[in-house]
Formats: sequence, C-alpha cells, structure tokens
Amino acid sequence: MSIKKVRSHISPNEALLFERSSPGKKAYQLPELDVPAVDAETALGAGNVRAEIAGFPEVSEVEAIRHFTRLSTWNYAIDHGMYPLGSCTMKYNPRVNELVARTEGLAWAHPYQPESLSQGVMQVMAHLESALLEITGMDAVTLQPAAGAQGELTGILLIRALLEQQGNPRKKILIPDSAHGTNPATAAIAGYVVENIRSDEHGLLDLGALEKSVTEEVAGLMVTNPNTLGVFESRIMEAAEVLHRKGALLYMDGANMNALVGIARPGDFGVDVMHLNLHKTFSTPHGGGGPGGGPVAVKKHLEPFLPVPRLKRAGDHLSFDYDRPLSIGKVKAFYGNFGVLVRALAYILAHGGNGLRAATMDAVLNANYIRKKLEPFFDLPYALPNMHEVVFSDERQARLGVRTGDIAKRLIDYGFHPYTVSFPLIVHGAMMIEPTETEGKLELDLFIDAMISIAKEIETEPETVKSAPHLTRTSRVDEVKAARKPVLKWTPGSR
Amino acid sequence: MRYLPKSDSERREMLKACGVESPEELFAHLPEAVRLKQPLELPPGISEYEIVDYFRRRGDENANGYASFLGAGVYAHYRPVLVDTVVSRGEFLTSYTPYQAEISQGTLTTIFEFQTMICQLTGMDLANASMYDGSTAVAEAALMAARLTSKGGLLVARTVHPEYQEVLHTYAKNQGMPITEFDYDAETGAADLDDMERKLNDLTAAVIVQSPNFFGVVEDVKRAAEIAHKRGALLVMGFSEAVSLGILEPPPADIVAGELQSFAISPSYGGPFAGIIATREKFARQMPGRLVGETTDTHGHRAFCLTLATREQHIRREKATSNICTNQALIALMATVYMSVYGKEGLRELAEHNLAKAHYLAGKLKARFSGPFFNEFVVSTGERSPDEINKALLDKKIIGGLPLGRFYPELADAMLLCATEMSRRAEMDRLAEAWNVH
Amino acid sequence: MYPEDYRYTKEHEWVHVEGDTGTIGITDHAQHELGDIVYVDFKYGRETLKPGQRVDQGKTIGSVESVKAVSDIYSPISGDIVDLNHTLADAPEKLNEDPHGDAWLVKIRLSNPGELSNLLSAAEYQTYIGAEK
Repeated sequence: MSIKKVRSHISPNEALLFERSSPGKKAYQLPELDVPAVDAETALGAGNVRAEIAGFPEVSEVEAIRHFTRLSTWNYAIDHGMYPLGSCTMKYNPRVNELVARTEGLAWAHPYQPESLSQGVMQVMAHLESALLEITGMDAVTLQPAAGAQGELTGILLIRALLEQQGNPRKKILIPDSAHGTNPATAAIAGYVVENIRSDEHGLLDLGALEKSVTEEVAGLMVTNPNTLGVFESRIMEAAEVLHRKGALLYMDGANMNALVGIARPGDFGVDVMHLNLHKTFSTPHGGGGPGGGPVAVKKHLEPFLPVPRLKRAGDHLSFDYDRPLSIGKVKAFYGNFGVLVRALAYILAHGGNGLRAATMDAVLNANYIRKKLEPFFDLPYALPNMHEVVFSDERQARLGVRTGDIAKRLIDYGFHPYTVSFPLIVHGAMMIEPTETEGKLELDLFIDAMISIAKEIETEPETVKSAPHLTRTSRVDEVKAARKPVLKWTPGSR
Repeated sequence: MRYLPKSDSERREMLKACGVESPEELFAHLPEAVRLKQPLELPPGISEYEIVDYFRRRGDENANGYASFLGAGVYAHYRPVLVDTVVSRGEFLTSYTPYQAEISQGTLTTIFEFQTMICQLTGMDLANASMYDGSTAVAEAALMAARLTSKGGLLVARTVHPEYQEVLHTYAKNQGMPITEFDYDAETGAADLDDMERKLNDLTAAVIVQSPNFFGVVEDVKRAAEIAHKRGALLVMGFSEAVSLGILEPPPADIVAGELQSFAISPSYGGPFAGIIATREKFARQMPGRLVGETTDTHGHRAFCLTLATREQHIRREKATSNICTNQALIALMATVYMSVYGKEGLRELAEHNLAKAHYLAGKLKARFSGPFFNEFVVSTGERSPDEINKALLDKKIIGGLPLGRFYPELADAMLLCATEMSRRAEMDRLAEAWNVH
Repeated sequence: MYPEDYRYTKEHEWVHVEGDTGTIGITDHAQHELGDIVYVDFKYGRETLKPGQRVDQGKTIGSVESVKAVSDIYSPISGDIVDLNHTLADAPEKLNEDPHGDAWLVKIRLSNPGELSNLLSAAEYQTYIGAEK
C-alpha cells in the first residue's frame, strides 16, 4: 500500500504552490470596477505591459490554507517548547501584543499623514522612548533602526560622526574575539578596520591588552555585557575609563540585556552608545527570522548626531524635528519598525518596573539551575559566575568522537530546539544555553534530563547521536549539496 | 507576573539546587558600583484589558474615518483575511531563524516559494529571502554593485524615492562612494536619460532608477540599462509599489531592489516592511541576505536549507557581504500568502483596477506630467499651496496627497496623489469637487 | 601522506617545484579541518586572479569555503601566475579527495627561489600539525 494523500506533519509528498497550480483556479475576487476600465497598453505604453506572470501559481483558497497549515506543522516554535539558544533570548511572545499591533488606527497609519492626525502613533513612540531611557540609564534614544545589526551600524556611525566633528574620525574599532559576527561586519561597513582583542584566561576582556591597544587611532570598543559566555564584564567601568582617556568611545551590544533589566544600567557603567534587540529582551516575535527592532540609546554628547527626524514635545503636542544639522541622516525610510515598537511597549506595560526586574531574576535563576544540573556531565570552560546564559564545551564528548553539533541534533529527538552550536569561537566546541525567564521548572527539568540522557548515550551508543535526528519529518539535510549546486528557486520540470 | 511560569515553591527548590538562599545572591558577583540601588521608575505592570484599552485609545487619536490619497512609498491595499490566519499560527509566528533545517521545513519551504515568486515577478534568476525594506534594499544593491564592478561611483535618478536616496547616502558615505544625481524631464516626469548619459563615466559602479518612479511615472529602464552597460556600469532598478509588477514588463536590470509593503503588509506608520533584492545568476555570491536552497535529506526526500551562508556575517565577519542578520521572515510570509491568494490572474486584475482608479482621479484633476503612470500622479495646485488645499480637504475628512515641496523645491506648487483598488469612486468625486470648487 | 618533495607553510598550503614553476595547493590537514568543500574563489585584492598576475609570498590569492567556514589561501611563494585549476569550479569536492594531487590550485613561475628555504619540510610540517592538536 502506498499512501498518496498528504497528512499533516509527517508526509514527505507536499507539493509546492507551483506544483498544485492549475489555470483558472482562484482564491480571490475583486469588487466590480466602479470607474471605467483603462486599456493598459494605451496608459502605460505597449512595450511596458507584460503578457503574463509566467509560472506564477493559481490555487484555490482551500488549497492555500491547507498548504500553509501543513507547512506550519513542520516547524518547531516557542509555542511548542523551549529554545535554549544562547544570546537569542527566545522568550514567550505575548499574544496580546499581536492584538494591539493590529489596532486599526495604528496598523493603517500612513507615515506621511498630517501630524495633527498622528498624535496617537507618536505618543506610542514617545512612551517607548522614555521607558527605554529609564531601563538603560542613557540620555536619548532613536527607534529608527530595523534590527540589531542596523542598530550596531547606527551606533558606530554615531561614534564616527562625533569624532569627525572633533577633527579625526580615527581608523580602528576594537572587538573582542568572543563577539557576535555582526560586530566586525558592522565595523567594516562603517568604514573602520577591525582589530581583535583577546579574552583573558577567564574569558573576560583583557584590560592589559586593552590598554596597549587603545591608541589615538582607535575610535571605540564594541563590547557585549554580559559577554557571550554569559559572564558580567566586572571591569567594564575601568575599560570605559581607558577608552575615554584616549578620546575613544564604548559601544555596548545590548543582545544580552535580558540579564540586566532592573538590575544594572549601561548608562551607569560607562557606556556611550548601545543598541537593544526588541526581538530578544522585549519579546517581539522572531517570526522565522524577522522582523526585529534595534533602537539605539546614547549619552548626551552623541544626541545631536542621532538619525533624523527626532520626536519633540510642545506641551501635549508631539511633532517630528527635521532641523538636525549634525544628524548622520537616515538609516531606514520613515521612522522605524513601528509595528514592532507597539509590541515592545505592550511588553513593558504588562511587566511594569517590578515585573521587568522579576523577569531578569528568573532568567538568571533558570540559567544557573541548568548550569548546576549539567556541570557533572559537560565541561565548563570558564569558572566564573554566569548570568542569564551558560556555555559548556564538548571536550569530554569530543574524546569519544561526538561533537557539539551532533549533540544538538540529538536534542531535537527529545523535543527541543538545539542550543547555539560552536559559538562563541573562543570555546572549543561551544554549547551556549539561554533558557529565558519564561521557562517553568517542568520544561527545564525535561531539558536537563534530555541532555543527561544524551551524555549517557554518547558513552554507550555514540552512533545514535552522530546520525541524529531520527524522529523528525526530514532526516539530516544535505547542506553540502545545497552549497555546491545551489538551487534557489523552483523551475518547471524540476520534480 | 503572568508570563513567569514558576510558583514560589518551585523557585525555592531551584535556588536550593543552586546552593543559594535568595535570588539576589546570584547577582552578588556584580561590582557594587554598577548595581541599581532603587527600582526602575516605571509604573507597575497592568492587566491585559488595560493594555488593549491603552492602544485602542492611541489608535483613536489618529486618522480613523478619513479617506486617504497618500502613496509615496506606502500604499493602502486590501489585506486578505488568509494572510493573518496563516502568520498568526504559533508555528510561524514564534519560530526562530531556520538554521536547524530538520525542524524548520515550514519556514524554509515558504521562503523557497517566496524566492521563486519574486523571480517570476521581476524576471530575475534569483532572489534573497528579503531585506529590511525598500530603502535598505536599494542601499545594499548599490554596495553589491560596487563589489561586483570594483568601482565606487553611484549615479542616482532624482526620481528615486527621496527617503531611499537619504538612506543610500548614509550607507555609501562610509564606503567612500560618491553619489551623483541626474535630473528628470520637467514635461514627462521621467528620469532624464540624456542627463544620465552625460554624468556617466568609467568610475560608475551603478546607475539607480526607480520604476514606477516617485512621481508614479514609468521609466524607460531598457534604455537606461543600455546606456549604463556601455560604460561598464550595472543597472539597479528600484520599486516601491509592488502591485505594479503585476502589469509592467520586467525590465532588463542587473539588480532589482524594492519594497513589498503593498503585498498585505500594513502601513503601520512606516514599518516593519520587507524589501527584496533579485539579480542574475552570475552575481549570486555577492548577494547579501539569507538564501534558501533545495536539497535532499538522507532518505532522498526533497528538503530545504539555508545556503551560501559563507557570504554572511556569522562566518565571514568583517569580510561579509553585509552585516544583516535578520530577514523579514514573517513579513515576507505575509507577502507569500498574498501572492498565493491573488495568483497569476489576480495580481494582473488588481493592477488593472489600480490603473483604472488612478486614471479616473487624474482625469478629474489633470496630471502635471505627461509620462505614463501607474497608480500615482502629480497634480499642480495652481495659485493655492498644497497645504491650503489639503486643509480644505481635511475639513471634508479627506487626506489629500503629499505636498512635494519638502523633497523637490521646484515642485512646491504640486502634490503627489495615489488611488488604489480601495479608493471608492464616491470619495474620488468628493475630493475632485472640494479641489475644483475654488 | 605528505610528499617529501613538497614544501609546506604554517597556513597549511603546499608547493611542489619543478624547474622554475611551483604548483600550489592546500594540505590534507586543511581539507580535513574545513570539512566538505563547496567552493573555491581565486582573488588577488579585489581582482579575480588571472594568468600573468604577479603575487607576493604570504599574500592572499583566494579562499576555500565549506558549508560552515571560509579559509583564506596564502601564496607560499612570489612569482607570476601561470595557470589556475578551473576544474575545481564544478568539482570542489576534489579538494577533499585529492588535495595534494588532482586538486592543485594554481601554478606560479617563481621569481625568488630563495624563498623556499623558509618553508617547512614534510617532517617539519607533520610535527607542526601534531603539535597544533
């Protein structure tokens, strides 16, 4: 018996839209035209009108909904269970945020509608700005950058603008070897040369190396705090002083803010400019890879250079100020990912000051609980206290021929998304785990049990782990083939 | 706090397992000097009802109940119900970037379909899984052209969306890439290709045009490409009104970079949107952003995965093609569902409706430029200023067009109006009446 | 495993000299560390590498990519490019299969044979990679 009908979740014979398409099938109906039709060739010019959209699918509404619904069941998601991905902060995406983002007056607001008819949307932005300033301890914030990487670029461009105004933009940006890949990529796009700073034997910023490296050619240091090992940079204030003495600035990558909200503020420990990831700390949904939001908060001396326009208030009335001669310009059209800003504000309103602090406490408790329980089974490369995430190394398991990537794939069979594999680069065979505060004890215990079980499997039946996953819809996917002979779109006759 | 799924007794158990008495002890290692000594000055958390009410009130303080004729890069198109039905599924909404292919085939498959449909619409060989928006897509396309040609000059039409130009400037400035503008024809409203030819030189990496342009006029991209290629420059074509792709012949560009907001993405005061970059096969390795490719699993079944990742920041670091990490996956999914709902015939019919509506309105008001236009056009305001006319329209609960003086000083007596399939004849008649009454 | 008559670099390239021409490739150790190789790129600065191009010892002449990593290739010697192995474009897997033979990368006419003396012998290279572990 060969089963031809597709079933949800397991079946491998799901056809793509183009493969279930057939001429004349429709999922739409437009209203009757209430104005005269216009001949396209006459209006647009004969050479400008296309004959057809070749290959474009034609499916019915029922087929469309079934297709996308079945596809959705092949995804893992936070709604299913924990994502222990380090530095991603995969916390619960509150559903009320989805509802409020669709409020008609907010969802249909046009960025060029008159300011007198935009007080509601502007008020949302102003409210979020002031909350973020309180959380970060900084003096001014822009909500324009579309995501973390864009926030980083904005931050570095702000540094460049300030130094240029002082007469010399300088040439180098210092970046720790434990940094996320967006950091050096960003510095390069901003026109700086990247110089790596090694971490010390504890995985922290090496102050000695920093002092030697900070010359008058250095524009700034990009630091993540807590760092990508989940450890707080205890000498961050000294590092800030070293930089400031030489006229350089301190940029903080805010990816790990989930460890600090309500506990410590970057503005209080010497940071000049930082970005936040709304899709991490502030719960906006990842949606399979975006959208995000990357607000940038600065100290007073960088405020004049912020992207244009800036929100300004006169009594009850809000407006946009375009008269900003020192601004670096725009990093994105319009004002920012407003829909994402709404969700972040809803998150902040739901928690309030007390709730935000409680969330941070739980995030750090969860990570420490995991560390304590897994310590007997996996190597800890650094002995310092960790905050909201913990990094293990696969050293012990590697001696038996099993690597972090294999363990991650086997974790999938236990019903979890893998942790962050092989990052940070300073740890050999890294396993970076961040549970976030929205995981309960039950889920954490299930995760811990799974990891311990895998550690035991590695000793008794390593092949099972090395060839995982076994219980997913697709088995291990051939990434080599995909890279050697890239097929990046469907073509007729390709099945 | 209702999003924290632990009971106090569970917390106590976990603290005990960690060997501490209180959660504060877990922070004891932080230097005294950095620790906050008082709570954040934010009001306490509020209930779900109060959150909904807060945003409902903010929503009411905007343009509810007004008919709008604004376009200028953000368009009012009907959003089919199926779009939110699909993207609201937790499996799409709350999933992560599909780095683990085995448990992300849903996202990967939809992106593959998205890439395919963008190629079909733009006539290009490959497309990426989306950029932040149209403005950054155009900027990244320019940087891509510079890498491909090893040249640095950019030649940009004044008729490209002014905010896209501003963003391009921010990106190009720090790469040492000089930008030269070329003008438009005051009669047709189209880019002046003679001016372009004069300003083109052997150092030009790319010529950037937009079609339909900011004034709504369809450009002669074919001729622009011919001229550009003669001097070894690439042709980057931008667009901000994706519905136009349903009816306009895809021109022979080298890179297409544009905005998909028209495809079921709420205007949402300017974002989040989704941009795309599509290009020719030979330029694939210089394309920024994520790419999904087809492959097989160990049983030989078709599967999809992220590929050519070695272009990206997490591997190349400072030598990456871009620093971009995010794609706009959920937004791109909205566009994918939209494209499936309308399909081959629907997108065409939709475009024809837009064409008819805008031409009806233009007929009543008289377009300023003679060039062919899609669903936007420029109108002179004569003796009155655009602001005066718009004020009169507001009294009738109509939001008029965009006064162009802020971007084009020579057009201070003109505004840009847009009509889509959602513009009703009665509303257009009211606008024309209010306009022509003076 | 490592031919005696080749010379090696600490960046895991090899060079095999015959007459005044040196053939260059990456070592078996390098291909093993990279994993399945998917792409080879020949570049000098921003330009595509071409016959006639003068390259200097230690400068990057391109890169080798696997799915998860990229490695720069540094020229072990100075000279003029004579030939490039274009068969690798369609079959990058040859670098995994036969890194010391069939999957050579470029041929260079040496401008300074004296440079060979500061490269490693097969024995020295094997000691070096043994120590690296």
